[in-house]
Amino acid sequence: MGNEVLQNHVLEAKVFHTEYGTGVAILTGAHRFSLTTNIDDLKLRRMPEVPGLQKPPSCWAVLTQDRVTIVLLAVGQDLYLLDNTSCSVVTPPGMSPSAGAYLQMAVSFNYRCLALFTDTGYIWMGLATLKDKLCEFNSAIRSAPKQMVWCTRPRSRQRAVVLAWDRQLMVAGNSTECIRFVLDEDSYLVPEPDGVRILSRTSHEFLHEIPEASQEIFKIASMAPGALLLEAQKEYEKESQKADEYLREIKDQKLLPEAVSQCIEAAGYEHEPETQKSLLRAASFGKCFIDKFPPESFVRMCQDLRVLNSIRDYQIGIPLTFTQYKRLTVEVLLDRLVLRRLYPLAIRICEYLRLPEIQGVSRILAHWACYKVQQKDKSDEEVAYAINQKLGDTPGISYSEIAARAYDCGRTELAIKLLEYEPRSGEQVPLLLKMKRSKLALSKAIESGDTDLVYTVVLHLKNELNRGTFFMTLQNQPVALSLYRQFCKHQERETLKDLYNQDDNHQELGNFHVHSSYSEKRIEGRVGALQNAVDEYYKAKNEFAAKATEDQIKLLRLQRHLQEDFDKPYLDLSLHNTVSTLIQDGHHKKAEQLYREFKIPDKRYWWLKISALATRGDWEEMEKFSKSKKSPIGYLPFVEIAVKHHNRYEAKKYAPRVTPEQRVKAFILVGDLEQAADAAIEHKNETEMNLVLSKCSATTDGAVVEKLNRARAQLLKK
Amino acid sequence: MAAHLSSGRVNLTALREAGRRELREFLDKCAGSKAIVWDEYLTGPFGLIAQYSLLKEHEVEKMFTLKPGRLPQADVRNIIFFVRPRLELMDIITDNVRREDRGRSPQRDFHILFVPRRSLLCEQWLKEQGVLGSFIHREQYSLDLIPFDGDLLSMESESAFKECYLESDQTSLYHAAKGLMTLQALYGTIPQIFGKGECARHVANMMIRMKREFPGSQNSIFPVFDTLLLLDRNVDLLTPLATQLTYEGLIDEIYGIQNTYVKLPPEKFAPKKQGEGGKDLPTEPKKLQLNSAEELYAEIRDKNFNAVGSVLSKKAKIISAAFEERHHAKTVGEIKQFVSQLPHMQAARSSLANHTSIAELIKDITTSEDFFDNLTVEQEFMSGIDTDKVNNYIEDCIAQKHSLIKILRLVCLQSVCNNGLKQKVLDHYKREILQTYGYEHILTLNNLEKAGLLKLQTGGRNNYPTIRKTLRLWMDDVNEQNPNDISYVYSGYAPLSVRLAQLLARPGWRSIEEVLKMLPGPHFEERQQLPTGLQKKQPEIIQRNFPRSRGLGLLSQRTQAAASGSRSVLCYGWWLGRQSRPC
Repeated sequence: MGNEVLQNHVLEAKVFHTEYGTGVAILTGAHRFSLTTNIDDLKLRRMPEVPGLQKPPSCWAVLTQDRVTIVLLAVGQDLYLLDNTSCSVVTPPGMSPSAGAYLQMAVSFNYRCLALFTDTGYIWMGLATLKDKLCEFNSAIRSAPKQMVWCTRPRSRQRAVVLAWDRQLMVAGNSTECIRFVLDEDSYLVPEPDGVRILSRTSHEFLHEIPEASQEIFKIASMAPGALLLEAQKEYEKESQKADEYLREIKDQKLLPEAVSQCIEAAGYEHEPETQKSLLRAASFGKCFIDKFPPESFVRMCQDLRVLNSIRDYQIGIPLTFTQYKRLTVEVLLDRLVLRRLYPLAIRICEYLRLPEIQGVSRILAHWACYKVQQKDKSDEEVAYAINQKLGDTPGISYSEIAARAYDCGRTELAIKLLEYEPRSGEQVPLLLKMKRSKLALSKAIESGDTDLVYTVVLHLKNELNRGTFFMTLQNQPVALSLYRQFCKHQERETLKDLYNQDDNHQELGNFHVHSSYSEKRIEGRVGALQNAVDEYYKAKNEFAAKATEDQIKLLRLQRHLQEDFDKPYLDLSLHNTVSTLIQDGHHKKAEQLYREFKIPDKRYWWLKISALATRGDWEEMEKFSKSKKSPIGYLPFVEIAVKHHNRYEAKKYAPRVTPEQRVKAFILVGDLEQAADAAIEHKNETEMNLVLSKCSATTDGAVVEKLNRARAQLLKK
Repeated sequence: MAAHLSSGRVNLTALREAGRRELREFLDKCAGSKAIVWDEYLTGPFGLIAQYSLLKEHEVEKMFTLKPGRLPQADVRNIIFFVRPRLELMDIITDNVRREDRGRSPQRDFHILFVPRRSLLCEQWLKEQGVLGSFIHREQYSLDLIPFDGDLLSMESESAFKECYLESDQTSLYHAAKGLMTLQALYGTIPQIFGKGECARHVANMMIRMKREFPGSQNSIFPVFDTLLLLDRNVDLLTPLATQLTYEGLIDEIYGIQNTYVKLPPEKFAPKKQGEGGKDLPTEPKKLQLNSAEELYAEIRDKNFNAVGSVLSKKAKIISAAFEERHHAKTVGEIKQFVSQLPHMQAARSSLANHTSIAELIKDITTSEDFFDNLTVEQEFMSGIDTDKVNNYIEDCIAQKHSLIKILRLVCLQSVCNNGLKQKVLDHYKREILQTYGYEHILTLNNLEKAGLLKLQTGGRNNYPTIRKTLRLWMDDVNEQNPNDISYVYSGYAPLSVRLAQLLARPGWRSIEEVLKMLPGPHFEERQQLPTGLQKKQPEIIQRNFPRSRGLGLLSQRTQAAASGSRSVLCYGWWLGRQSRPC
């Protein structure tokens, strides 16, 4: 808090609350004030000097107005206001001039009211803005009270201050009278939003203004609807007809709903379960006579009271009033229970109020577990077991959070055990990596099926382990291995080779070499790579692949020669295209040589040759070829190919040589419908006849059509 | 606009609405004008959740595609990266951010939205590059199950099959489980989970685990789904290999449907005005959205293509009759009524025109000889004819160098229908493919083998015929016009996955234990406890939902639902798109 504090010490400190959070103001030995408005975001502000202040002020307080925090202090008969920049003297309105020196001051819980006590026993009560006086009171006690605090209640117009001397308590307000109590012991006052707590060595009392609902009901001879309802219920229990009279009285005034509400509200203010019950009973009784009374307020009150009664139990010792509880909220109450390690009660409250598990039970169990892992006297097994016993599969529990806590406490083994229970691998894996349990992380990642996690661990392992161990680790995890292979395929191809080598996967090694042969620029390089592939394929006992690759090498070498001889690109053509190009260029002998060397099947060679010749337009050579021996593919392909090249003349030459079964088709192709018709008629085949007919046009092929129709009719007759 | 999502038995608008809300909330976190830098892969799926107008309402002024280098100029307060959590993409973002910082006076704020999951790995990567601190908001957007249509959700995870079976990377399964958890949060806990296959088992396990991770929130929504069925793709490899024959299926086969959009050759869609002499033929492909919001499409999408023509011509008659009516409209009231219907009629007419054009485009292909031959071979294989020897047609196709995908589909189909190929046959095909299409495909073939699409027959027994007979996968009497069995979608073959779903509904899987054992992976059943009060007393709603892909849509039709029991089933599996080459 800076040098000043170190040098001058802190004389006094006051805690205050603003909309920014909790603040602290201090008074140093040099009689200077400093404050911060938010202890979570500590920015210490030094307040201006108070002129002529030589000794500590007799009393001071922190006020907040319009988001500005100011200090009010009293020195003798003077009041000073310190804001950020200046110090000014103020006089409260309506202050009696003979009041004397200020001894004590008090700010109300909500910072709205201010009370000042002077050495004449005079009390001034007004607004904290110092712009208005509410009332004054003369206590006739001249000594300074030990404490002075405000006693108010939200939404009540009554305001009073409570003053405590050694054995005396005084309540003073807007009245000439005051209330006095005798204190049996040394006591301490704690202001609350709805009253004042009075703590002593043996007792804990609460002083507050009686809420209106309670007053109405319990005031002597009250005729308020709530009071009547309570009475009616009591009479009803006694089985007296008066119950009806009372009820009628309320109903006549149409005040029954109000009576019920009053009873419910009043029950909240009671501390004795018996009184709470009788009020609630009255409310419940009254409800029966109302058509549609929304049940929520009643149910809610019963629940709240049950929670309140349980925390008010002396073993728990949190005597909250209803108002305080509502202001605090259940969540904060649960936090406090957790802080006091009252886990079972907290859980029971969650269950009773049916809070969603994630915000309720799970959260508390997690807190419990985080506390549990810090118990060093228990073994890891015991703790892990105990935690899992309790937590089980409770939704919303993050075992990894608990494990992280255990790891922070230096209990790595325990953390690992706890992580076993974590169902979300996404949470498990990073922590395991942090704890350097990469192999475990790897198997967890694989279990999850999330390949991204697996990749993450694998790359982590790659950096962490030496290459040999890394490969060995992958060896036992096929999923990781195949993912790593994919990674290598894109990022580092050479590693891929090492991986296959380690597995003795010769097939893949062969494929690898084939693949890399295509990135070699020089032919020797390619042949070299392919030769490697051949070796690997043999090792893999894949004779076919080895032979094929040997053929490929042979072809490559041949193609290089062809390229040199004919000055034409041959490299990388397939065998088919190489031969085809040779024929198209008229190198028939060379083509013939390849056909024999590579054992191209006859059928395919014939197809290849005639289409190449047709492309070249070498019809003469084609005719020669067709007569060289009996065609293994028949003669229809000759017709087809010639037609495809729009050479009907050539096509016609081959049509008669086509086998009888295909002859019709061949004649149709060459456009000789008459011959086609003759062939079809000769076959006595109706389908064929129809086919021919479908090609005929009525105008030009009349004769053919007639002939066919006649033949068909004859066929049908039989 | 979202009518197609609420038309099904489960109102999926809620799911999309949840998605939009999440997006809006994120955008509002970044106050001021924004530019989005897109991982291009994500634009399609996002389009199904929110249109540009939604982004615009939340001050998104510019959109860029993620690429290395300096970010384009844009006078905005925020730059938001929408990316998948991938390291390659993180490197690009790093590059973008590094180049940005120098010498710009009004600072721009950076944010990352990871889709679908925030990644520790990526964040660590960015941290190592020293740019993690540049990002103010790093969040995730759980885009898992995207509502496609009233009865279809998809993860649009194109490479899921490849990742799971080839690379043993089960990331997509994790996302699937997460997505199903989201679905349950919105539509209630699904009391029964059935599944078949390793991946299905894994997903179910993760779901149970995830439920345990968040036990606090008891789901108090009355369950909309009775049953969840999880199927591994590799339980039914056959279905995606065969050529789809429904209208929608053929559009997908030929032109490919991406995020419900299809791009078509423009010629057929040229405006009808011929005055210009055809000079203005559009060159841009015609882009059409296909979903059940379009009345006509909803009617024909799942019909066998052979049954589409008659519907279209019937519709044409109805529409022209409706337009004719204007001549009969005499009184002012009648004319008014006619005019009020006009917009609807015009929409119907243009819809009809579009689909007639599409059907013509498809017809050109389906009537070709090659399409017919290909189909014949497929059907022979599926009905178990000559699956054990080298097929002539396939050989010829290779010799003529047809597209490799077509060849691979056929060879794999044969392999699946024969429970693997004999060594001699397999080697022959492989050699033919390598010699014709190039030796680099040795890797392609190896990948197919690893994924199980292509395999060597071991153990000597082919169990496909048993599976086919027990599950009635091949139906000889198919009614394409008025189908009474799902086999109409492939004109004979009934998709295995659909049969599994049907048999689960009635009489239950116990009747097919033997066959289930022949299919890969375990089959299982899990029950999820419902809070008391949410348990259904008796099945009352007839509800079935099936992902519609590869012509599986029929099951949402009333006939089928009535025929196979009154339970609501959510069927879930990944339907592989064009996955024939997992290279």
